[in-house]
Amino acid sequence: MSADPQTSRPDRLPWTARAATYLYPALVALVLVAVWEAVTRAGLVSPLILPSLSSILQTAVAKFPLLMQMSTITASEFVLGFALSVAVGLPLGAMIVYSRPLETAFYPILVAFQIVPKAAVAPIFIVWLGTGLSSKVLIAFAIAFFPVVIDTVVGLRSAQPETIQLLRSMGGSPFQVFWYVRFPNALPAIFGGLKVASTLAVVGAIVGEFVSAEKGLGYLVLVANGELDTRLVFACVLTLTLLGIIFYFIIEIIEKVVVHWHVSARQVETLGGGS
Amino acid sequence: MTSAAARVVPIHHAAAPAPEFVRIRNVDKIYKTRGRALKAVDDVSLDFREGEFVSIVGPSGCGKSTLMMMVAGLIPVSAGEIAIKGETVRKPYIDVGVIFQRDALLEWRTVLNNVLLQIDVRGLPRSRYEAAARTLLQRVGLGGFENAYPWELSGGMRQRVALCRGLIHDPKLLLMDEPFGALDALTREQMNLDLQRIWLENRKTMLFITHSIWEAIFLADRVAVMSPRPGRIATIIDVDLPRPRRLSVRESKQFGSYAAMIREQLQAFGLLNED
Repeated sequence: MSADPQTSRPDRLPWTARAATYLYPALVALVLVAVWEAVTRAGLVSPLILPSLSSILQTAVAKFPLLMQMSTITASEFVLGFALSVAVGLPLGAMIVYSRPLETAFYPILVAFQIVPKAAVAPIFIVWLGTGLSSKVLIAFAIAFFPVVIDTVVGLRSAQPETIQLLRSMGGSPFQVFWYVRFPNALPAIFGGLKVASTLAVVGAIVGEFVSAEKGLGYLVLVANGELDTRLVFACVLTLTLLGIIFYFIIEIIEKVVVHWHVSARQVETLGGGS
Repeated sequence: MTSAAARVVPIHHAAAPAPEFVRIRNVDKIYKTRGRALKAVDDVSLDFREGEFVSIVGPSGCGKSTLMMMVAGLIPVSAGEIAIKGETVRKPYIDVGVIFQRDALLEWRTVLNNVLLQIDVRGLPRSRYEAAARTLLQRVGLGGFENAYPWELSGGMRQRVALCRGLIHDPKLLLMDEPFGALDALTREQMNLDLQRIWLENRKTMLFITHSIWEAIFLADRVAVMSPRPGRIATIIDVDLPRPRRLSVRESKQFGSYAAMIREQLQAFGLLNED
């Protein structure tokens, strides 16, 4: 056991190690891009099938205002769909954990609902809600909310029995057990579900736009494809990928702040060591 | 199993001058799992006086933890009665500090906030206890670690935090379930010395569960030996060694004879087979 608190605090990784975590993936990406550019410039592939990256980027710059306008629409669809999946998924997960009858009643239906291919029911949602924002939000929600529910259930159930008994020995109420133990203990699992949901919500929004829409990046992909404007299709995909990555990282940053104590957020092992 | 228990030396009752603090009378615990009834605790009777240190020693799975949980009112008795200060225990008895083998620290709370969890859950004013919590931590050698998180601490340090959490509200009764079972031998001896010192300072009524013969004798005024499942009290040994006890007391003839009595008792159950 160390007497000096300073010495047992973990050090950060050396800068070389931290740089490597960015450098290596960047190198791999660079090589791929170079190969892509070389192959397309050499005329080995028709630009209709695979345009060069530089021409895609040129298109993206030229059509920047249009892409931004469509991005705003698609982003609001998947962000709202995601928010709805959290707003419904968290309470539903908690209800399943706390009520045996509700679990019995809802769980099989939930699983059945998850197995229904959402792309197949998307046209029904359009019929119900029209071709506007709300139908896309609903589809994004329908695809994204399952992992939120499941991971909430898993997380809330993973509290140690001793810890719960400890709270009871303090006179803790069931709500206090939830608030002081179960919920914080579930956060790492819940964030796992949120990260999966964030990527699924993007898929949901695009599925919705593919079925029927007048705007959005998915709509633009269809239009560009119809006009054989492969470069614009790629520019849309690129934009969509960037949006998805940004959304994912925002959630990861929130996770790092909220569950900084969890094993997944640590950089090095404790130097206190042994016993 | 029953035949071995039947050969056991009859319980010899210590003369109790003061009215007993905890009274356990003919307590059974039967667990029902998948239609089968499993008797974990069988007809246990045991009293402790106020300020007494009682150790229970017995093999794994003999029901000693179950007995402790019943004393705390965390699980109900199947038959018999447990009373604290003359009142039958029917719900969690909360003038108590409970310490488990797993320290049950909350990973998302700092050391200080883990100690103060006891205060938060009880709805007591933090301001009145914070200084006391800091003093307690200081006394167990954790001064300077108030703002560290549990994962930054070693096993021994974590268990010290759990000890402070069990003491902060100044309970009348301390229940400890193999608190040092997961620690290495050296740390464990230090914890025994520290626990003795703390106990001598405030003389709380103590129920200490262990499977270490040595630890049981070193700490306790009386050692109750439990049989393998279904657990019953086989014998009670009064430990008449002056306090504060030093580690060297182990080498004394008297200590050796206590240890021999317990060992022989356990061997009578067919445990500790030397052939």
